[in-house]
Amino acid sequence: MLVIEAVDLRRTYRTTTGVIRRRPLDVEAVRGVSFAVEQGELFGLLGPNGAGKTTTIKMLITLLLPTSGDARVLGMDVVSQARDVRKRIGYVFGGDRGLYERLSARDNLRYFAELYGVSGKAQRTRIDEVLELVGLKGREQERVEGYSRGMRQRLHIARGILHDPEVVFLDEPTIGVDPVGARELRQTIADLIAAGKTVLLTTHYMFEADALCDRIAVIAKGEIVGEGTPAALKAGVAEGRVTEIEVFGVDDGVLSRLRVVDGVRAVTVEERDQKQLLVVQCAADRELTAPLLAQLDGFEVGRVTSREPTLEDAYVALVGAGD
Amino acid sequence: MRTLRVIASGFRMNLKMLGTSSFFLLTSVVQPIIFATVAFYMFRSGGRNGTLLYASLGAGMMGVWSTTLFGSGGMIQWQRWQGTLELGAAAPPAIALIYLPFSLANAFTGMYAMAATLVWGRVVFGIPLHFAHPWLFALSLPATVIALGLMGLVLASTFILYRHANALSNLLEYPVWIASGLVFSTSLLPDWTRPISWCLPPYWGVLAIRHAALGGDVRGPLGMVLALGLASLAISSVTFRWFEHAARARATLSLT
Repeated sequence: MLVIEAVDLRRTYRTTTGVIRRRPLDVEAVRGVSFAVEQGELFGLLGPNGAGKTTTIKMLITLLLPTSGDARVLGMDVVSQARDVRKRIGYVFGGDRGLYERLSARDNLRYFAELYGVSGKAQRTRIDEVLELVGLKGREQERVEGYSRGMRQRLHIARGILHDPEVVFLDEPTIGVDPVGARELRQTIADLIAAGKTVLLTTHYMFEADALCDRIAVIAKGEIVGEGTPAALKAGVAEGRVTEIEVFGVDDGVLSRLRVVDGVRAVTVEERDQKQLLVVQCAADRELTAPLLAQLDGFEVGRVTSREPTLEDAYVALVGAGD
Repeated sequence: MRTLRVIASGFRMNLKMLGTSSFFLLTSVVQPIIFATVAFYMFRSGGRNGTLLYASLGAGMMGVWSTTLFGSGGMIQWQRWQGTLELGAAAPPAIALIYLPFSLANAFTGMYAMAATLVWGRVVFGIPLHFAHPWLFALSLPATVIALGLMGLVLASTFILYRHANALSNLLEYPVWIASGLVFSTSLLPDWTRPISWCLPPYWGVLAIRHAALGGDVRGPLGMVLALGLASLAISSVTFRWFEHAARARATLSLT
């Protein structure tokens, strides 16, 4: 059974440019995204910052109206049946905001329990359950303003699942959380799946998506550029090689020339103090070191290495393909 | 029943939050006393000692209006900053129902302004607190406060759509004081301002409260307070729905 369905979903933001003479400017954040999530599945939407992940999730949880396209959650249209959708979903946004800071965790949860129709009788038990689940038991009477980022994030999750929703949307839930806290959060997410929930997770951490998701859609510049199981996505670049070249002062023009070298799939740049590290995804059956260095003629070149692709390379290749 | 639980929960929660805001507490505690002191000296220097209770009630209402206005204006903006506005908008109840108790709690704290003003006047300026119709006074005050809260809800609904609409709340404080006759009688204003005054719950509210305290027809103004309060509730339930839909289209529920 399909629980989440997005068909050619688009969202354009209208903004203005200029100070005195303001001109309208349309920014396409999501450009025809389509995917479907089955019941009990953990589906990942993976992409860099600004790729359109949050906009997509906000349309699915009824916070934004799509500019065009259709989206259904549990068979209900997110535009015309927004109220019904809201009753049956939970969502969690990453980051510090989205909690009543001056109230305790318990007061926050009690308020949201009322909004989501958890009966007075069930509230105490359910609040204790979710506090236990996210590891905040014993700290629930403290004001949220004194919480660490990890604790806030766990409280976000507790709020999102308080009313026992069938579908949970998690928007970068581990962002800014320390490694130990992030690992605990990932365990909590895995527990949600074990409890039979359907989860849509957005993240820009490849390893997180790989560890948790049944299927992943990679989104870049508002479009889905790859979709499949983590293993299938990795296999897409497993046949290739990665050449890393240390250089100094390379500009966009050179990068453009490198990208069109025969056998090159993607090129990304990592700034490292004075130098830059070019990460070049290459076809496996080609030796491209010489042609790549030929394009860098005139620039100072440091170490050149070649290695097998990693998980991150799969992601970079997909995201970088559109550049 | 569910609706009442949502209202009670929001009301309780907002009172708790207001109670922890030093800025709000300072404004609520100090401002009415300043208003009251200025009003007493103005009326006393005019040689109108007999009307000091009239001034006291007007000053109290100024405090109620300021608390409601800034509470309602700040409420949505503060929730937007805190990231909780989206949570309210994405919750199952109608958004007007979610913010109604917040607005009522803001207005409720305004009742302190009235009480503080009357006590200040009694203790510092020796103004006797003799009410012509004490029961009607006890009815008029909460009715006015609730009507003001509902008027605040209409204003709050516009803040859902416009990120910087709370600047409007700064502009509305003094004109409403004047148009409602809180500082001086509206008979001193040009005739064309009358219809504006008639549309304002504080105008009828202060009339009801003053008549209940000093003598005069209470039921007429009180009826108008209730009617305008209900009208505000109806208007806000429509405007909240409109503005929430428009905010989802324009993406103004969040800061970015």
